[in-house]
Amino acid sequence: MAIIIDEKTKVLVQNITGNQGAFHTGQMIAFGSRVVAGTAPGKGGQEVHGVPVYDTVEEAVEKHGANASIVFVPAPFAKDAAFEAIDAGIKVLVMIPEHIPVQDAMEIMAFAREKEVTVIGPNTFGLISPGKCKMGIMPNHIYKPGPIGVVARSGTLSYEIAFTLTNAGYGQSTVVGMGGDRVIGTNFVDALRRFEADPDTRAVVMVGEIGGSAEEEAAEYIKGMSKPVVAFLAGKSAPPGKRMGHAGAIIERGRGTFDSKVKALTAAGASVAALPWEVADLVKERLG
Amino acid sequence: MKLYEYLAKQILAENGINAGGGKVATTPEEAEAHAREIGPCAIKAQVLVGGRGKAGGIKLADTPEEARERAREILGMNLKGYIVDKVLVDPKLKINRELYVSVALDQQAKKPIVIASAMGGVNIEEVPEKDIVKRHVDIRLGVHPYFGREIARRIGLTGNIARQFADLVVNLYAIFRKYDAELVEINPLAVVGEKLVAADGRLNIDDDSLFRHKGLPETKEGTPLELEVRSLGLAFVQLDGDIAVMANGAGMAMGTLDTLAYYGGSPANFLDAGGGASVEPTAEAIKVLLHTNPRAMFINIFGGITRCDDVAKAIVQVKTSIGIPVPLVVRMVGTNETEGVQILKEAGIEAYRDMGEAARKAVALAKGA
Repeated sequence: MAIIIDEKTKVLVQNITGNQGAFHTGQMIAFGSRVVAGTAPGKGGQEVHGVPVYDTVEEAVEKHGANASIVFVPAPFAKDAAFEAIDAGIKVLVMIPEHIPVQDAMEIMAFAREKEVTVIGPNTFGLISPGKCKMGIMPNHIYKPGPIGVVARSGTLSYEIAFTLTNAGYGQSTVVGMGGDRVIGTNFVDALRRFEADPDTRAVVMVGEIGGSAEEEAAEYIKGMSKPVVAFLAGKSAPPGKRMGHAGAIIERGRGTFDSKVKALTAAGASVAALPWEVADLVKERLG
Repeated sequence: MKLYEYLAKQILAENGINAGGGKVATTPEEAEAHAREIGPCAIKAQVLVGGRGKAGGIKLADTPEEARERAREILGMNLKGYIVDKVLVDPKLKINRELYVSVALDQQAKKPIVIASAMGGVNIEEVPEKDIVKRHVDIRLGVHPYFGREIARRIGLTGNIARQFADLVVNLYAIFRKYDAELVEINPLAVVGEKLVAADGRLNIDDDSLFRHKGLPETKEGTPLELEVRSLGLAFVQLDGDIAVMANGAGMAMGTLDTLAYYGGSPANFLDAGGGASVEPTAEAIKVLLHTNPRAMFINIFGGITRCDDVAKAIVQVKTSIGIPVPLVVRMVGTNETEGVQILKEAGIEAYRDMGEAARKAVALAKGA
């Protein structure tokens, strides 16, 4: 098993004709994802990598039963694209774009909550269930199927960590990119809850960073988990008040510091790695 | 983006909130003229940093002549690194009491939140939790007068002031939405006689929404170098160390700084070269980093959308055009790694695969080893 997406997921790509959309459609198909349709307003009738293109999401859902969508629409138009997908009955929505206005994100989350849609992102690399399905922009070759669930705020750092897991012989059930924005759909607690319930996940790796309180809230949940959790947190050396690339990665008014997160996670029973590649060693230690 | 107080207050006033009617001045003479209309006033430095009062950035004046002299003292003043070029001439208020009200983002709840307190005038962080009222807003419903009335009741307001406060909350939330605010704050919200007056105002706008707020004058925060690199579309923060750092991805860039620090090194900057940056901007970024006169440079790339060969080409381009006068360590794995490593090799640059080994090398080189 895996969480959120698997071999049965029927993937729709919104803005499939754009540079990123077209390129990653090819990559997702190469990985083995079932990409059933794409949308691009005004370009219905075309094909991209053999995938049929429609003007609207509703038409793609009607004709192909798409149940998950990955959005490559530019940030200023992303709210409309998300609303369209949710309105058409899509149940898993992966929001790739960066720089979506935060109030737009809040509106998207409110609508998604009402329609019980799982939102990944925005500003995410997506998610991947190795051997089953990929909805994202991560490189294909660094993952393999296995028992480790991974949930991360950051893309490349999670690649680094997934790769060290793969090289150490630990494959992944699902790797979830939460996204680097302040307001996001699926957070650490949501992902941890799903991994806890997933029979094929034996341990969870979380990749966090400074800012916000998502890691502290995750720590509260970890206290009651039966599966071991290993964490790596970025931003130990970051100065307060400076936004470290991600909108969410900023220490404001003394909150969201590295130390408070490490303290909360350690107290909850998670193992915290000092360096990215130590994550695999800690997983080994915890799985015995 | 933070707005200056005078602009924030102008927006408050345009949206039905009494903001005192102060006027902005850029010269002592202008301040004097404003004071002649306004009467006894406060001369307030317009800067984006907090704590200006304690730093001497707010002075009182009873006459126009005094206003001119106080403005002369404040204009040109260096307040925490910002040179003051504007002052707000605000009427002196007879304040009975000071309240607090703001609309902010609650990231975890994914909703706007209205925060209010009867104990205004101090940093809200210092007000005891029991004296603060917080209420989430359903963004699809918005804020209606009942919502403001309930908050007024909870902070102990009654009568005419409570009614005014309820309307003010509605107007404040409307500003929050209209301007894509991250925060709109009135502190203190002064009770002057039977009126509520915004004695100070803050309005921070979500940078990602600026495409739909084109009319606003831009205020930029950061060092000149930070502003230069950000104009290339890259996320950049200046630090005080001696190892220039470039990595791709914000988390990876932070992880790289932490790793250097772990091995005893001291990074000069945070630079996220972004996902999928092409050769030219990458080369530009390397050039800018060299201008900071680092003792070593560390480039750490895990290729996903970013292609290692593109980064390698950028490095070689800089090396052959302007030269790289400091020790350089490149770590490169991922998409098109073989091609990238080959391009570097032909230019006489060795690439590392292991992040730890490369970071240790960079630290050693910066220390002159």
